Amino acid sequence: MLSAEHLPALQVVVPLAAAPLIVLLRRPGAAWAIAAAAAAFAFACAVMLAWRVAAEGAISYELGSWAPPWGIEYRVDALSSFVLVLVASIGAVAALYARRSIAAELHVDQHYLFYTMFVLCLAGLLGMTITGDAFNLFVFMEISSLSMYVLIALGSHRRALLAGFQYLILGTIGATCFVIGVGLLYLSTGTLNIADLALRVQEVQDLRPVLAALAFLTVGISLKAALFPLHLWLPNAYTYAPSVVSAFLAATATKVSIYVLVRFYFTVFGEQLVLEALPMSEVLIGLSVLAIVTASLVAVFQEDLKRMFAYSSVAQIGYITLGVGLANTSGLTAAMVHLFNHGITKGAIFLLLGGLALRAGRTGFDCAAGIARSMPLTAFGMVIAGLSLIGVPGTAGFISKWYLVLGAIEQGQWWLAALVVVTSLIAVAYVWRLVEAAYLTEPAAATPQAGEAPLSLLVPAWVLVAACVYFGFETSFNVGGARAAAEMLLGGGP
Amino acid sequence: MSGAQLIAASLLVPTLGALGISLAGRWPNLRESVTLLSAVLLFACTTSLAPAVLAGGVPQLFVLEMLPGIALGFRVEPLGMLFALVASGLWIVNSVYSIGYMRGNDEPHQTRFYVCFALALAATMGIAFSANLLTLFLFYEALTLVTWPLVAHHGDDEARAGGRTYLGYLLGSSIVFLLPAVIATWAIAGTLEFTPGGLLGGASSVTLGLLLALYMFGIGKAALMPVHRWLPAAMVAPTPVSALLHAVAVVKAGVFAVVKVIVYVFGTGTLAATTASDWLPAVASFTVIAASVIALRSDNLKRRLAYSTVSQLSYVVLAAAILAPLSVIGAALHIAAHAVGKITLFFAAGAIYTAAGKTEVSQLDGIGRRMPWTMGAFAVGVLSMIGLPPAAGFVSKWYMLAGALQAAHWTAVSVIVASTLLNAAYFVPIVYRAFLRAPQGKAHGEAPLPMVLALVASALATLALFFFPQVPLALARALQGG
Repeated sequence: MLSAEHLPALQVVVPLAAAPLIVLLRRPGAAWAIAAAAAAFAFACAVMLAWRVAAEGAISYELGSWAPPWGIEYRVDALSSFVLVLVASIGAVAALYARRSIAAELHVDQHYLFYTMFVLCLAGLLGMTITGDAFNLFVFMEISSLSMYVLIALGSHRRALLAGFQYLILGTIGATCFVIGVGLLYLSTGTLNIADLALRVQEVQDLRPVLAALAFLTVGISLKAALFPLHLWLPNAYTYAPSVVSAFLAATATKVSIYVLVRFYFTVFGEQLVLEALPMSEVLIGLSVLAIVTASLVAVFQEDLKRMFAYSSVAQIGYITLGVGLANTSGLTAAMVHLFNHGITKGAIFLLLGGLALRAGRTGFDCAAGIARSMPLTAFGMVIAGLSLIGVPGTAGFISKWYLVLGAIEQGQWWLAALVVVTSLIAVAYVWRLVEAAYLTEPAAATPQAGEAPLSLLVPAWVLVAACVYFGFETSFNVGGARAAAEMLLGGGP
Repeated sequence: MSGAQLIAASLLVPTLGALGISLAGRWPNLRESVTLLSAVLLFACTTSLAPAVLAGGVPQLFVLEMLPGIALGFRVEPLGMLFALVASGLWIVNSVYSIGYMRGNDEPHQTRFYVCFALALAATMGIAFSANLLTLFLFYEALTLVTWPLVAHHGDDEARAGGRTYLGYLLGSSIVFLLPAVIATWAIAGTLEFTPGGLLGGASSVTLGLLLALYMFGIGKAALMPVHRWLPAAMVAPTPVSALLHAVAVVKAGVFAVVKVIVYVFGTGTLAATTASDWLPAVASFTVIAASVIALRSDNLKRRLAYSTVSQLSYVVLAAAILAPLSVIGAALHIAAHAVGKITLFFAAGAIYTAAGKTEVSQLDGIGRRMPWTMGAFAVGVLSMIGLPPAAGFVSKWYMLAGALQAAHWTAVSVIVASTLLNAAYFVPIVYRAFLRAPQGKAHGEAPLPMVLALVASALATLALFFFPQVPLALARALQGG
């Protein structure tokens, strides 16, 4: 039994080491077993870390026993442990789901490739979250991104290749901007350790390179986070990727990028630089508003369900960054809580859509006509997750909305509070379009008649659907974790 | 059972009932037995709670902390008790009626219908017993969502359009106005618990006025104009839905929430000390009169009843907004009085549709001679709507008028008098037509027996509330005292 002190390293190393193992073994069954075991381990690890952080405070782990700031530090605090739990839990659910879904969607020769890329991507995302080193963060960002391009391109539709390529180009531009930003910071401060950066940035006399770094980092991360108007890669990527990849991507990848944004803004640069030297709050709020309004409206008119919920994701990311832009405790709590809540909600929806894709062969809107009769559990799950998307009380989405509106009211920004509630009506429009199709429309030619999705897909999906309801009532983990993170960020220092 | 257990049972009985109904879906007789059993059990729960509340007790149930400092919790105060008694009691009658109606008209999706109905009652109990604004809001939204399948029941274009209007108005108003109002209350007062005397003592007149507007138009179920259009739209639903939900549970949840907010969130004293609520009687008065005028011009019977409901709901809002002790008693009583009267009228409308296939007022010549029980009950309902003895509506109208006089609120007095005339003008001709004109078309008899039994029972209840108003009156008075 390995001692508990190495948990931070194991969190990343285990899924990373699983990748070559899968390539060596190659057999689909073995590949799945290893990937699932690695994901399950990562989940257990994240939960234990979160538990320890809540009990004992932040954990600092020196990789290879090199003391920071020279060595690489892994740092688990209120914020990163919260994001780790989200990423690892979605990873575990997705791994469980992948077996049946991948068997149906991918050629058998590609299975081991898929699982290799999946564990690499998981390791990359977990590494981005846990590391306390800016350059190491870039490395993990590349690991997750490169594996993600492959995962998307594995989609069975021919346009998946194009979608993967599109994301490759934009993602590379984003990563380049990010590394330029990190480089500029290194030039100004001579350090790459995030905690150390936070101290030294405040002492820098010439602010120009620091502000340039801030700008580069913002653009780079925004591309990866699909912040409007840098979201153009997202709808295609979500639409054409294999079902389980869409779910995993939607629930984790953009969320981790937002985590990185928040980490740099509030831990490294600090409120003074971000909010006073540059008008980042206004910029973020403005872009978020545009994202929410335009992407929600576009979602209403989509003819493919995956694409519709992809645009909804762009809008929901806008809600998260709106909370970041408010920059008060309630706003940041809203951002973090929504990061988590939207993760499980969208994860649930895309997993359910995977069931539909399995039965109908695609996810066109016409496939949903009358599915309440042939696929009652899939349809009802989508209703619940849809309600969470709208923010109906009793679902996780309501908790996010509560804090977002509260944050806006506390800032005296009544118009933003009004905007948040009014735009959730647009979510009602696109969700109810689906509900009407599923429950009130007679089955059409495109409606799948093969019956309910198999249990191997339904169970993981319903775990997330149940989570949408659970975290709408029992909020001590999501609100408690988000609040602790927000208070830590605004309290200054890591 | 203790108070907390009874509250839990009131919520669980209809919820588990819904589960049982869906499991028994294949066997209609078993399924309907589950509905009836749930209804009887629920009424037993609420009546068992009543003695403690009448004795001045406050049964409570804390479930969990939903947000830091805000509980999901229940507390039974007199007004909620009254509302719960009315809704659960009428559910029994309405279930008997539903069986006759749904089978008589060979309606589709009957299992879904009964499931949603039971869930709607669970949500109604949650609203009635809610201890704070968040719990109220939770069940308020739940009630909207579980009644949507009932409104859009037929699934055709008309039902879809009605369902969209219904959902759009109710969900829209509650998300856009009510939710920010609740959150702002939390930001200002730091608590959302319903407290006698109110929570907003320190707020300025302008803030109070704005918040009150958000609440009054946010509680769309109270159908204050211009947020009333959903109610006539909901009439596409099968008549039992219009009867219990859109004359009792849903709309009463609206005015109940209005009275709760005025009494326990703002506090009548706080509002009376400022000018924040001065506009509310005017809007309510306008709704009373305008809706009556529309009802007068509607030939469709259910539409006429719907607009009559809009008008009657604003009586409650008006009475509460006058802020006088007697008028608040009148408001509480009217929740019960209008419920029994209006459900009778809807029962009759559904019976006419089932037996004769008629939906328009102009088709009703002589129908009283063919359906004497139905139209007799209808006449009792009409008396109650107008506010004449010996029907329940007289008692509540008496208190409302007394309150208006007590507060020397002459506009309210004249509105109540004028609307009484209007009520008579659009209801009495129906009774006249039914009994004094010659019947036309092919002959038919009464509707199926369960329906007739139900409508006679509710008509008797309307009379009973006039002769024995002790329990509702005691609860309404306790609301003032507490």
